[in-house]
Amino acid sequence: MRYLLRRLLHSVYLLAGVSVLCFLFTDLAPGNFFDEMKLSPQISPNTVAALKTQYGLNRPLPVRYLLWVKSVVRGEWGFSFAYNSPVWDLLAVRAKNTLLLTGVATILAWLIAVPLGVGMAYWRGSWADHLGMGGTSLLLSLPELVLALGLLYFAVRTHSLPVGGMSALNGESYTFLSRLRDRLAHLVIPVATLVVGSLPLLVRHVRASMIEVLDAPFIQAVRGHGVTAARTLFVYALPAAANPLISLLGFSVGGLLGASLLVEVIVGWPGVGPLLLEATMARDLYIVIGAVMISTLFMIAGNLLADAALIALDPRVRTRA
Amino acid sequence: MTVDPNTTRVENHVLLRGVALCKRYIQRAPFSRRKFTVDAVNNVDLEIQVGQITALVGESGSGKSTLASCLALLEKPDSGQIFVEEQPVTGWGARQLLALRPRIQMVFQDSAGALNPRFSAARVIQEPLEVQGLSSGPELRQRACSLMEEVGLSPDRADASPLEFSGGQRQRLAIARALALKPALLILDESLSGLDLVTQAEIMNLLLDLQGRHELTYLLISHDLSMIGQVADYIAVLQRGMVVERGRREQVFKRPQHEHTRELLSFARGLEVAFHSAGAEARG
Repeated sequence: MRYLLRRLLHSVYLLAGVSVLCFLFTDLAPGNFFDEMKLSPQISPNTVAALKTQYGLNRPLPVRYLLWVKSVVRGEWGFSFAYNSPVWDLLAVRAKNTLLLTGVATILAWLIAVPLGVGMAYWRGSWADHLGMGGTSLLLSLPELVLALGLLYFAVRTHSLPVGGMSALNGESYTFLSRLRDRLAHLVIPVATLVVGSLPLLVRHVRASMIEVLDAPFIQAVRGHGVTAARTLFVYALPAAANPLISLLGFSVGGLLGASLLVEVIVGWPGVGPLLLEATMARDLYIVIGAVMISTLFMIAGNLLADAALIALDPRVRTRA
Repeated sequence: MTVDPNTTRVENHVLLRGVALCKRYIQRAPFSRRKFTVDAVNNVDLEIQVGQITALVGESGSGKSTLASCLALLEKPDSGQIFVEEQPVTGWGARQLLALRPRIQMVFQDSAGALNPRFSAARVIQEPLEVQGLSSGPELRQRACSLMEEVGLSPDRADASPLEFSGGQRQRLAIARALALKPALLILDESLSGLDLVTQAEIMNLLLDLQGRHELTYLLISHDLSMIGQVADYIAVLQRGMVVERGRREQVFKRPQHEHTRELLSFARGLEVAFHSAGAEARG
């Protein structure tokens, strides 16, 4: 418990560090939201200067940072220039959608990767293993952009899946079950892109960890005691191979989140990705900072969950913690 | 009772017999698609007689561990037959082997790797009993503790992780685990390697003691003839997967026929003096 509390405290430091760097880098970037207004003959320089003063952009960086921290404490996370609204109100809805997409993709990717990697390790050197290794090599070389475009092309040609968004236009009038079916149908393309994109790495990690454990003498001993092959694999070998995989799970959440931002933009999923892109183009800096902080928060949460799982599952880690 | 004229071995009741065993591995040269085969075990005949200590000696890479895995029924030989108490078992499926497994147990070289690091010491010993359905409930723990005591480990440490034990203590734990199933044959695959001479002698004494108490048969596998020379009844010398010499201990030690045996003996004699003094020290 103390270990987890310590990790939680480290996470707060990390978030503080990321927020400081975010402020520094956004300040170093040339231009701001109001610079484009200067080009418009209908807006006087005095109005632009007044707006900058109103939003505090003419104040020194440390002061702006402290004001932002105060707004985070108030639950606003800064103010969007473009939407004229607190950042949190905009981000909360989008983050929920991103979490839905990443959560489903993460669960599905691991559900496929674990049995596949375990099977490849068990039958290593066989044609099935070679096929798996060849397939994962091919998928590793395919960028998510190409995958998403390919799936979109397929969906448009076959009319089998909805393209873009996360619900049908008249989705509000659907019954609960129809709404659920509609949501699942909308999830197929982005989730498939994320799963197929992350699968090769996960499968190869599971395979490598399992091969290492399957060669260990204690597994030979277990077989010598008369344990069946399936039980040896899933009850003895997989838990022993789990530690690096659980750590990878934490990172995979972060990795999928990064990939999902791009996929969301391509398939039009209303998550943090399109909002972040839009805000970056418009230099709506508090949304950019908020989106980065949300991404960091997800990644830290993923790693904290992985740490908690390690403590729960491995007595050695529990002893050290 | 018959006498084999080739090996001058007295034929008693044979517990395990390997006939014309072959095991071949296909390997690929690094950075190349060229494959080559390694004959880890090549046409090996071996008999292990009840109540005796049979030693399998050979340098690293001679195929000792592969042969041990085949005899422990953990690997299937590519060809040849294995008989356990005169029953041919090579073609047996996993279900048939399940009943036979407790009869043959193995103690591995790497004691740290041979014990599940996620288990406590007691759990390590309980696991085979659970798998074979030989014990359950509170009796499991009692049995584990009494086995710990039998191999010279304090039951007070039943909840400790195997990694908290020293190398010698871990090997005792591995022996206790193997004993849990009341095996007829214990295969000790380089189980004393990597331990200091005093600990080697202590564990060897324990093994001899257990042999008397549990009517055990041992297959000792080692590259070190000096240690094996103290205890083995029968010795087979392995080189490049083939048995190049076999016979009773006195015969192999006094009149070695093969050059490789003579080489191993000359190494062993250098170490023998040190082993003797360490053994005497261990016995107090």
